Amino acid sequence: MSQAPEAFCRSEMLPPREPPLSQRGAWKWLHENMFSSIPSGAISVLGTGLVIWLVVQLYPWFAHSVWTANSLNECRAIITKTWGEGADGACWAVIHERWNQYLYGFYPSDAYWRPDLAFLLMLVSLLPVLFARFRKLIWFSAIFPAIGYWLIWGGSFWVIPAILAGFAVGGLAYRLTARLSAAVGLAAAALVAVLWWLFLAAPAIGLLDSVAPLKLEFVESRNLGGFLLSFIIGFCAITFSLPLGILLSLGRRSDLPIIKTSCVLFIEFIRGVPLITLLFTASFLLAYFLPPGTTFDLVLRVVIMVTFFAAAYIAEVIRGGLAAIPRGQFEASDSLGLTYWQAQRLIVMPQALKISIPGIVGVFIGLFKDTTLVIFVALLDPLKGITDAVRGNASWNGIYWEPYIFSGTIFFVFCFGMSRYAMYLERKLKTDHH
Amino acid sequence: MSLAEKRPDSGFRLSKLIYDSQYRGYTIQFLFLCALALLIGWLVDNAYMNLAKLGITPNFSFLTNRAGYDISFKLIHYTNDSTHGRAALVGLINTLFVSFLGCIAATVLGVVVGVLRLSKNWVIARLMTIYVEVVRNVPLLLWLLVIFAVFTEATPAPRDFRGANPSAHMWLWNSMAVTNRYVALPAPEFFRSLGNIDLVVFKVSLDLLALVAVVVLGGLADRALRNHAARVQEATGRRPTTWWATVLLYFGPPIALLAILGFHFDYPKMTGFNFTGGMLAPNSLFALWFGLTIYTAVYIAEIVRAGILAVSKGQTEAAYALGLRPGRTMRLVVLPQALRVIVPPMISQFLNLTKNSTLAAAVSYPDLGATLGGVTLNQTGRALESILLMMVTYLIISLLISIAMNLFNRRVRLKER
Repeated sequence: MSQAPEAFCRSEMLPPREPPLSQRGAWKWLHENMFSSIPSGAISVLGTGLVIWLVVQLYPWFAHSVWTANSLNECRAIITKTWGEGADGACWAVIHERWNQYLYGFYPSDAYWRPDLAFLLMLVSLLPVLFARFRKLIWFSAIFPAIGYWLIWGGSFWVIPAILAGFAVGGLAYRLTARLSAAVGLAAAALVAVLWWLFLAAPAIGLLDSVAPLKLEFVESRNLGGFLLSFIIGFCAITFSLPLGILLSLGRRSDLPIIKTSCVLFIEFIRGVPLITLLFTASFLLAYFLPPGTTFDLVLRVVIMVTFFAAAYIAEVIRGGLAAIPRGQFEASDSLGLTYWQAQRLIVMPQALKISIPGIVGVFIGLFKDTTLVIFVALLDPLKGITDAVRGNASWNGIYWEPYIFSGTIFFVFCFGMSRYAMYLERKLKTDHH
Repeated sequence: MSLAEKRPDSGFRLSKLIYDSQYRGYTIQFLFLCALALLIGWLVDNAYMNLAKLGITPNFSFLTNRAGYDISFKLIHYTNDSTHGRAALVGLINTLFVSFLGCIAATVLGVVVGVLRLSKNWVIARLMTIYVEVVRNVPLLLWLLVIFAVFTEATPAPRDFRGANPSAHMWLWNSMAVTNRYVALPAPEFFRSLGNIDLVVFKVSLDLLALVAVVVLGGLADRALRNHAARVQEATGRRPTTWWATVLLYFGPPIALLAILGFHFDYPKMTGFNFTGGMLAPNSLFALWFGLTIYTAVYIAEIVRAGILAVSKGQTEAAYALGLRPGRTMRLVVLPQALRVIVPPMISQFLNLTKNSTLAAAVSYPDLGATLGGVTLNQTGRALESILLMMVTYLIISLLISIAMNLFNRRVRLKER
């Protein structure tokens, strides 16, 4: 019987070897994300090369920037003096010198505090709308539009209570008549409020003025311009187009044929024509359709048209959201005995709006960008209107890139911010488990 | 469980108009209609009074009056002796022309960017993301102005091309030149042209029509060939090779036709202080075209990306499991399903591009808004008629594009059983 061979048994583990170079660290990342194949590698090299080329080309222009000068020629002289003959550089001095014009247009300079204050108050009024933890301030958001109007255009202080009183009497009318039907209540409220504004508000303001004159200097609309104008139009149109858009989308899905047809016609008409034709209408035609002798502020006319325009698009976005809600939700709210408006308010709209957030914010971003189109009805938008005005001056004649980069950056910051906020809201409101 | 009895019918009472949901709808609609009629009546009455006060009666006869202004870019015959109506037509054709060019270029660029944004290559995906975010968060007007400024400020004047040692050079073997006023391009011409056909309002080149006809016929023949190949494949399991016939059908007849007609280019040449010969297209056309393209391409890219992402990963994996290569997987499995998601929003982007072409005024491209809604409106003072006509025209364009695209949409729609 032979002795059994001694079995080999490793008593200690081999130390783990390092992964190959192509499979670890930066190399692995590079291999996977930039050089996974020959075409991919070529694209990576080309793309990187393009970026480097752009930086090399543009860096001197930014590096040679001049921040304070009184004219383009002075700018060029400074650049030549500092960086030698033939050097090229940005002349941000134009923004520095014309800062106020870009911000306020031709608003009277001793009253700049008014738009500043209005802007601050706007931010405050946005807080409760944007973030749930400031919900208690919502009353301020409700009254801000009246305050903002008074601050920017000026006139009698009593215009604020007069505007708000319209809503108050409207609310009262709704209380009294809503027992019959919510729709009748809404109609009555709208009627009473409009009657108040049209016929009673002006005498009331006059009366209060004679008792306690509280006035700000009146500023005409044609003096508004720059980003102030963009913000006024954007803010008003965004604020008013959302409720109007919700109503239109509900109307479009209504069982009542006349209301449905009217809403469809309105939405499709607005969506079928370019915004510029609507602005032309505001500028040339709206005066024809008002009682003879009525003068009606151009900015207000533009705001109305832009609101209609945005509302039609929002209505379509919300219609998509409504279509995505399962039938069971409508049936459940019916079986609970909710009325039409209760069901819309408590069951349908919260879900539809949540689905539509990206689309709605998309419309808002588009709307804010479209505020620049007011240049076509001779209002001073910050892109072309103010820049042309600046360039019209002999000292800044011939300056192109700096004003465009400046206003483009401001638009980018706000639009990008809006789209990021929409993403945040979407994440926050997400209640499913995917 | 009790069965509901027949609803008690107590007859109609007046209070039912408010309290009975069955009748309340009629009340609401009646009130709504009354309010609407009042509003419209009020508006029309105001307009009537205002116009009467100004002594204007709306009519469209101004369209037959002499226009008296020049248009810098026109595709049909027009002089300043032509009528306002013809000026509007020139503008309309310019609008359609730039929209058409823009739609094609934006689709190509958008699809490329959308696909590249999904690429695994980090550099290209990041670059495309930056492009998309930067372009879509800045107004289109700015892009138009910037591109127009590039064309007018960063390009040489025509006189710089002059002399033996010019400071500026033409591109592409001396065939085209970009100047600060226009782009000089070679013009296609024919030695043995077929002439024009007069369609009352404008003339159409018969050469162009013949070319289109030949291409369409080639396409039809190619389709027949493919159907035949598919039938052979069904019957025998083997598909005959057809790619060379396809190439031949698409390229052969047009090339032959061009040779027969004596096709050649008329190159722009420097004479005096300006280019002559060739085609001189204004910079505004290119600025508007490029601006609309890069702006709309961003939205199309996002639509394409969303469409591709909407196709579930299982589809790709199943295709790989069946042994399809990545290219064929994309073409045969992913794209047909993605198109279903892509096409409807793409239609609205084409419509948006067409409507956005009204920004032409910013770069002084003579579109419908600049002729009918611009000079004609200001010269004649016929604001009501001009704007109405403009709106109706855009509505019709929108309607036509959406009808055409919906037909296409119906073809690519998933056929569910």
